[in-house]
Amino acid sequence: MLKYVGRRLLSMLLSLFLIITATFFLMRAAPGGPFSGEKKLPPEIEKNLNEYYGLDRPWYNQYFDYLVSIAKWDFGPSFKYKGQTVNDLINEGFPVSFFLGMESLLLAVSIGILLGVIAALNHNKWQDYGAMIFAVLGISVPSFIMASLLQYVLAIKLGWFPVARWESLQHTVLPALALAATPMAFIARLTRSSMLEVLSNDYIRTAKAKGLSRGQITVKHAIRNALLPVVTYLGPLSAAILTGSFVIEKIFGIPGLGSHFVLSISNRDYTVIMGVTVFYSIILLSAVLLVDIVYGLIDPRIKLAGGKKGE
Amino acid sequence: MEKLLEVKNLEVSFQTYGGEVQAVRGVSFHVNKGETLAIVGESGSGKSVTSQTIMRLIPTPPGKIKNGQIIFDGEDLVKKTDKEMEQIRGKDIGMIFQDPMTSLNPTMKVGKQIMEVLTKHQKMDKSAAKERAIELLRLVGIPMPEKRVNQYPHEFSGGMRQRAMIAVALASNPKLLIADEPTTALDVTIQAQILELMKDLQKKMGTSIIFITHDLGVVANMADRVAVMYAGKIVEMGTVDEIFYDPRHPYTWGLLASMPSLDSDDKKELAAIPGSPPDLTNPPKGDAFAPRNPYAMKIDFELEPPMFKISDTHYAATWLLHPDAPKVEPPEAVKKRLRKLSSNYPQPIIVKESE
Repeated sequence: MLKYVGRRLLSMLLSLFLIITATFFLMRAAPGGPFSGEKKLPPEIEKNLNEYYGLDRPWYNQYFDYLVSIAKWDFGPSFKYKGQTVNDLINEGFPVSFFLGMESLLLAVSIGILLGVIAALNHNKWQDYGAMIFAVLGISVPSFIMASLLQYVLAIKLGWFPVARWESLQHTVLPALALAATPMAFIARLTRSSMLEVLSNDYIRTAKAKGLSRGQITVKHAIRNALLPVVTYLGPLSAAILTGSFVIEKIFGIPGLGSHFVLSISNRDYTVIMGVTVFYSIILLSAVLLVDIVYGLIDPRIKLAGGKKGE
Repeated sequence: MEKLLEVKNLEVSFQTYGGEVQAVRGVSFHVNKGETLAIVGESGSGKSVTSQTIMRLIPTPPGKIKNGQIIFDGEDLVKKTDKEMEQIRGKDIGMIFQDPMTSLNPTMKVGKQIMEVLTKHQKMDKSAAKERAIELLRLVGIPMPEKRVNQYPHEFSGGMRQRAMIAVALASNPKLLIADEPTTALDVTIQAQILELMKDLQKKMGTSIIFITHDLGVVANMADRVAVMYAGKIVEMGTVDEIFYDPRHPYTWGLLASMPSLDSDDKKELAAIPGSPPDLTNPPKGDAFAPRNPYAMKIDFELEPPMFKISDTHYAATWLLHPDAPKVEPPEAVKKRLRKLSSNYPQPIIVKESE
């Protein structure tokens, strides 16, 4: 197990290196730069700025310097937000995005699985149809419409929750709901179809022939086997959700990491682009690793390669 | 002999898009205490549906018990609620399925799958159940049961898994064991071992067995009595000797003739019953076997044959037994086996419908 994780960490480092390299050169290949705006800067000032940020040096110097500083967990200063480093941006934004993300992940997973299981157990009955209508709505309604709808109904009309801003736990409910709707619906559908497949398996009939009740069969035999596809989906999902959503953060006025993702690109804010990309990659790669480990725990047939139990 | 199970005029249908499939069409038989009844027939003859109906395992809907009684230990299982059935399944009736590769939960330890039965029906606590699970694994001939009990099904071979399934089915000493083609998915050497094991355990525990198979070779080895099913009906039923040495129904002849034997040489082609079983959405008028029956008479296509009683234990549903029917010779392969059985009546007797 430890050996396996060690090997996976090594390959993660390699992927990270490739991601950094690719992003670095793609970014340089894009036209424009951090200081090109509508109003052209005087050439002297632009030259000074380039010198100050080291953009005048040859690309290989910049590239290797960047690799070295990333190894030291230093993403450099932001070009647009004066006086702030990329580390500052991440340190401020990520905890907020992470909290919001965790909340909506929990919502999405718990309610999604519950709906999926209920739908599968009542296949082709009203509970099934109800849950699936709900799921189709969740998937097809974009999160910004969901967000506005929630704000209008639950905040403005009913006054149960604050409309926006990031101050107390109350403030987190609406954005978490809006963010969770789509993944929740997706998980519900995934769980349902996977549950239906599992329920038609021979070992479910065996369990029934043992005299186990419906509840016992569902909890002990069906759900665990049905969750494998959901777990697979959770890896990329949690990476995406934990690093923040641009739209939701904008609508609810939440100071998260999501906006940096989008804005830094149009700003050509090189260091921020690089910083958030690397940070996102690390979260994604760790989430995928975690999923693989959980997979092995759920299904004993999946042996983690390199583990000493390997056949 | 005391009857443990009596199935009376059982009818089971499935509602499908194509219409109502009458999978079991009035089946009656019984199983005595401690004996083995084999149910043989081709795929689609209704043998598995019959056995799963006894356990009330057929999904309803689309399945439906349309008629009949299943008297087990004096109680009618057809009238039981699901909750009541849970107390019978696994406790009084155990079941082994065809494919051991898929019949065990892949994500649960084998020991735990046995323990489930014990904690549910014997109200054992965890450690006692584990003790007993190890004991059961040893009983079904799994070496190193202390280690095996903590392993997952994928660490077992096919034969070992079927042994584990037998351990699950026998965990709470059921009165009746239903084995639905338990050796079909296993290779021949393992088949023999599993059959030996089942016979051995039956002797030790006194369990009655319903053994479902399409392999007549297995039947000769295992059963006390045999019921031959075709198109949802029992066409012939009798003791092993009666079925093998004095078969009366042309379908049974066909089955026996298509069984390879050691003295058949390789030049002769193996006999087969031509055609395929009828579609049970619209069961044919008359005898369902008539279109495939070389001995079929005009009446076979018009009127269903009644049950004839050839001896106290031997029944067959064919017009050939009628006093007015012409004498016919069974196929060569069957003729070689025929013996005079002393228990036969001088004349077959028509059994009244009501029986």
